[in-house]
Amino acid sequence: MTTMTSAVGNAVPTHRGGLLPGLRDSWVVAKRNLRRMTRIPEIVVFGMMQPVMFVLLFTYVMGGAIRVPGTASDPNAYKQFLMAGIFAQTVTFAVAGASAGIAEDMTKGLVDRFRSLPMARSAVLVGRTLADLVQTALTLVVLGLVAFAIGWRIHKSVLEAFCGFLLLLLLGYAFSWIGALIGLSVRSPEAATSAGLVWLFPLTFISNAFVPVSTMPGWLQAIAYWNPFSATVQAARDLFGNLPPGPGPTEWPMVHAIGVSVGWSVLIVVLFSWLSVRKYRSAVG
Amino acid sequence: MLTTLLRPDSGHATVAGVDVLKHPNKVRSLIGLSGQYAAVDEYLTGRENLQMVGELYQMSARDAKARALELLEWFNLSEAANRTAKTYSGGMRRRLDLAAALVVRPPVMFLDEPTTGLDPRNRMALWEVIETLVEQGTTLLLTTQYLEEADRLAHDIAVVDHGKVIARGTADQLKAQIGGERVEVVVQNPLDLSEAVAALTPYAKGDPTVEQHTRRITVPVSGGARVLADVIRELDSRSIVIHDIGLRRPTLDDVFLSLTGHVTTDEEGEPDGAAKSADKAAARTADSAEPIRKES
Repeated sequence: MTTMTSAVGNAVPTHRGGLLPGLRDSWVVAKRNLRRMTRIPEIVVFGMMQPVMFVLLFTYVMGGAIRVPGTASDPNAYKQFLMAGIFAQTVTFAVAGASAGIAEDMTKGLVDRFRSLPMARSAVLVGRTLADLVQTALTLVVLGLVAFAIGWRIHKSVLEAFCGFLLLLLLGYAFSWIGALIGLSVRSPEAATSAGLVWLFPLTFISNAFVPVSTMPGWLQAIAYWNPFSATVQAARDLFGNLPPGPGPTEWPMVHAIGVSVGWSVLIVVLFSWLSVRKYRSAVG
Repeated sequence: MLTTLLRPDSGHATVAGVDVLKHPNKVRSLIGLSGQYAAVDEYLTGRENLQMVGELYQMSARDAKARALELLEWFNLSEAANRTAKTYSGGMRRRLDLAAALVVRPPVMFLDEPTTGLDPRNRMALWEVIETLVEQGTTLLLTTQYLEEADRLAHDIAVVDHGKVIARGTADQLKAQIGGERVEVVVQNPLDLSEAVAALTPYAKGDPTVEQHTRRITVPVSGGARVLADVIRELDSRSIVIHDIGLRRPTLDDVFLSLTGHVTTDEEGEPDGAAKSADKAAARTADSAEPIRKES
């Protein structure tokens, strides 16, 4: 090995503290995670294929048997109804990406390295969730194009539809914080993936995402209407102009779906980022 | 705890004069850490890995990049700079990991078993790097299971057995503690072992150690080559066939054995995982006086 100028310097930068360097650290970590995505494109591609498959299966296999109230004779009605549900389910899969990613960094010793650096304590997690947000947005674009190709249409203004997508992204961002906490809590990336997904299926299926809630038994209807996930589906469906004709549900979270959706997402971000950063400080890889 | 990864239950500690509990980020900017498992992102290139660490040490993007290139050059990784770390060999990854610990030219470095799992050539190369660092004034806290490594690299050695420091000092001090030379005999026939021990006993200055499976007996002696000649004659007169015999200075392995009274526990065979880092020598080589102080 050749000689080096000097191993020990005098100008050691110290952390300035505060919000701005914290954001910069987060951006450095996010950049690293985004780079990884370009190096392992199969993760991104398979992540996109799953919701596309759901769209096609639900539309063509199950769709014929599902009748949306008030649209009895329209064969296209279920597609319009379904898409907000699929979009919302797709964004919740950010849980798996975040939990597996963080768990992998823990087992590979990278979290220990990050924790020994003079960087913001929140940056590893913020950087992770920001990168997941980018991936979620990309997936939504691809999914939207597929949906458009098979006949899904937006019936409201571009601005309203845009707000609909923002609500979905906010939900996805909130769920990736749940994933971050799972990733910090389990011991292996494999366990993190299943721990991230196992509760998502009941959560997303006992909701208004795939079938009209009015067809469920009474006790289940109450759960489905009050399911936080249903609020975002209802809000997005409304903002896309995809609500079925006729009087909608009269439950409070359904009537105030947009506000309830934002409220839940913000609450989840605040609670889970607090829990996760606390856990990160003491995490041992 | 000194690297700020764990918080102590009580007491306080300073690294390079900075309080670990009160100013953890200040400490983090003064230390470099390199662990047993090369903590590099295998999907990033060597340069990207080092640049990221530099930026997280709060260097500007440009400085971080320049430093990354400088380190890659120093660690003979220039040619692999733009390949992802996934394609690196074990030795290359370990060098990259060590380079990451050196990004800010930290005055204090922590190396946790830096050469575990490396082949002899890579181990030697890493030792040379570490020696250069120490010559240039870096204070190094090194943990290792290879006592040979401690012997070569460390000025000040603390032997840790089951979580307790059982001895401290320079390598020579520790060796002097257990006496001078020893005679090592390997007999041809395992059945001769007890007879050979009896033959050696008159020359022994302490209890002999017997390793059954290698047929090796080690006894502390004094008197140098003369004793060796006497021992050979004695064994010969008892018709014990000698496979190998020699006189040697004690190694740190002997120090460890005589201090703990047992063979270094194999980590894999440890009954409970809690004692994982129990039998290690923590070695420190210091240029400045006492930069790490720990009290409880």
